[in-house]
Amino acid sequence: MAGNGASSTPFIEIRDVSKYFGDFAAVDSVSLTIGKGELFSILGGSGCGKTTLLRMLAGFEVPTKGRILIDGVDITEMPPYERPVNMMFQSYAIFPHMTVEKNVAYGLEKEGIPREEIKRRVGEMLNMVQLGAFAARKPHQLSGGQRQRVALARALVKRPKVLLLDEPLAALDKKLRERTQFELMSIQYKLGITFVVVTHDQEEAMILSSRIAVMDKGRLIQVGTPKEVYEYPNCRFVADFIGNINMFEGTVVDVDGDRVRVNCKDAGGELVALSDSPPLAGSAVCVAVRPEKIFISQNEPENSEDTRLAGVVEDLGYFGNLSLYRIRLEGGRIVQVSAQNRRRSAERFLEWDDKVFISWRPRSAVLLTD
Amino acid sequence: MKPRSRFILSVLAFGYAFLYLPLASVIVYSFNDSRLATVWGGFSTRWYGELLDNDQVLDSAFLSLRIALTVATLATIFGTMAGMALSRFSRFRGRTLFSGMITSPMVMPEVITGLSLLLLFVSMQQLVGWPAQRGFGTITIAHTTFAMAYVAIIIQSRLSAMDESLEEAAMDLGGRPLRVVFDITLPLIAPAMIAGWLLAFTLSLDDLVISSFVSGPGASTLPMLIFSKVKLGVTPDINALATLIILFVSSGVLIAWWVSRRSQRQSA
Repeated sequence: MAGNGASSTPFIEIRDVSKYFGDFAAVDSVSLTIGKGELFSILGGSGCGKTTLLRMLAGFEVPTKGRILIDGVDITEMPPYERPVNMMFQSYAIFPHMTVEKNVAYGLEKEGIPREEIKRRVGEMLNMVQLGAFAARKPHQLSGGQRQRVALARALVKRPKVLLLDEPLAALDKKLRERTQFELMSIQYKLGITFVVVTHDQEEAMILSSRIAVMDKGRLIQVGTPKEVYEYPNCRFVADFIGNINMFEGTVVDVDGDRVRVNCKDAGGELVALSDSPPLAGSAVCVAVRPEKIFISQNEPENSEDTRLAGVVEDLGYFGNLSLYRIRLEGGRIVQVSAQNRRRSAERFLEWDDKVFISWRPRSAVLLTD
Repeated sequence: MKPRSRFILSVLAFGYAFLYLPLASVIVYSFNDSRLATVWGGFSTRWYGELLDNDQVLDSAFLSLRIALTVATLATIFGTMAGMALSRFSRFRGRTLFSGMITSPMVMPEVITGLSLLLLFVSMQQLVGWPAQRGFGTITIAHTTFAMAYVAIIIQSRLSAMDESLEEAAMDLGGRPLRVVFDITLPLIAPAMIAGWLLAFTLSLDDLVISSFVSGPGASTLPMLIFSKVKLGVTPDINALATLIILFVSSGVLIAWWVSRRSQRQSA
């Protein structure tokens, strides 16, 4: 779903924002622009500063330095109740003493909108999240998924310029989470509101987002479409954080145009990767390959362009749609390989301790220097 | 029955007997027909009747009630404000000190609290001419100072159990901070405020030591009156009075418990 409704004009501008708690930099010199109508994710582990960044967009924290602009207006010091921004909280924060209808109406009442219009807009919003029949219920009479939709309706009913979502799906079980992901995307598409999602779940970020920002230790590490971040990680952290990956540490032997040959002792051979900005010979690098990009075979592969390594099946796991293999290379290194089970067969294609060859194309590997 | 559980049961029975036998004897002897407080002379309710004819007892009961109602209301207002300041507003200078100091009236010996308040009232009278005489006003002020500490603790613990993002969400939806207090915070801590009000009410009704220090001539609360009467020997009408107080206080505690339990279940 990359690029759903995204436009290139900056709508949210985060200019060199830092937030210190005492000496600790929760957010460290982050600059970021988000386009109108984007579904933008901020991804990172716990304590990486993603929630602090979101809270600065909502107005609950004031940046120590830097400015934040939304639609050209500097909102850095604007209190939360004046911002054209609404937030869906991780705990949903539904007012327990109010009915569903009252919860959703709260924001409109504070705006001083006429009663009939409030009633109409709340009704529309509740119908959109399929809670029309639950308007008179109290929050404790709702299931987890219904509460989540009340929180969403309440945050959307004021038609904010930006909707902030803090771990929107973390409290739901797996099946419901998958369905809700697609609901969120279709609501976002229908309303055209810019969504900024904070999540620690890389799968969620990949599926939902038009673009992802990966954060670590308060810093922005990489910003890109899900595809870019997955296929072209710019450093070891991003490569390791998103999806599974095999990383081979080694030294550059020689560089031929964009082809880089890397010597890796524990792989027991030479690896080839392509790089736009090749490092100098002799420098320490990392070659990273995703498990699904590796071919596995019992005969030695012929294509001399490819990286080829020999090993032994150490372990294998059958997952139905795919099989996962752990191959011990001659250098002692273990490599993860995943293969689609395309053919239907009761017999296994490979068994424990089988001698195998693994190989991958040069453009399947990523060369990392950071 | 296993010997071990029999042992536990007897310990339990002993503990409860220790707590409630004295109270039970007071209640039983309040229906004693005899003029001697410790000799049983048949069942009667005549001491309750005599109590109602005793103006001195009725006056002090009415005074105690008036004080307790005022104290409970004032302590709830100030205690709620203090509890909210302690748990909600962003760290201000001296917050830890303030937080520790709010509990000090709870641990301070009542004699000290009473004495210090008396000294304060006397010196204020000399300096500004107020309070001109000690009685209802001074007792109310004294009771409020220690009762609000208890209310503040109750409110603080209720607020710390409450999700702070509820208030943030209300602000995010356009509620100004003061509006949010009335829309969200107060309705949600209302059960704790009721529990605090009842606790403050009972504490004030109970208090003897502090009242004795800060009261003046002609103003004696019910506990003060009972204490002075007992000094001349226990009479059966005291038993009747004590029984009424037990009934009153325990129903207050029961209501407080019920209210706080209901609010816990609702927030869960």
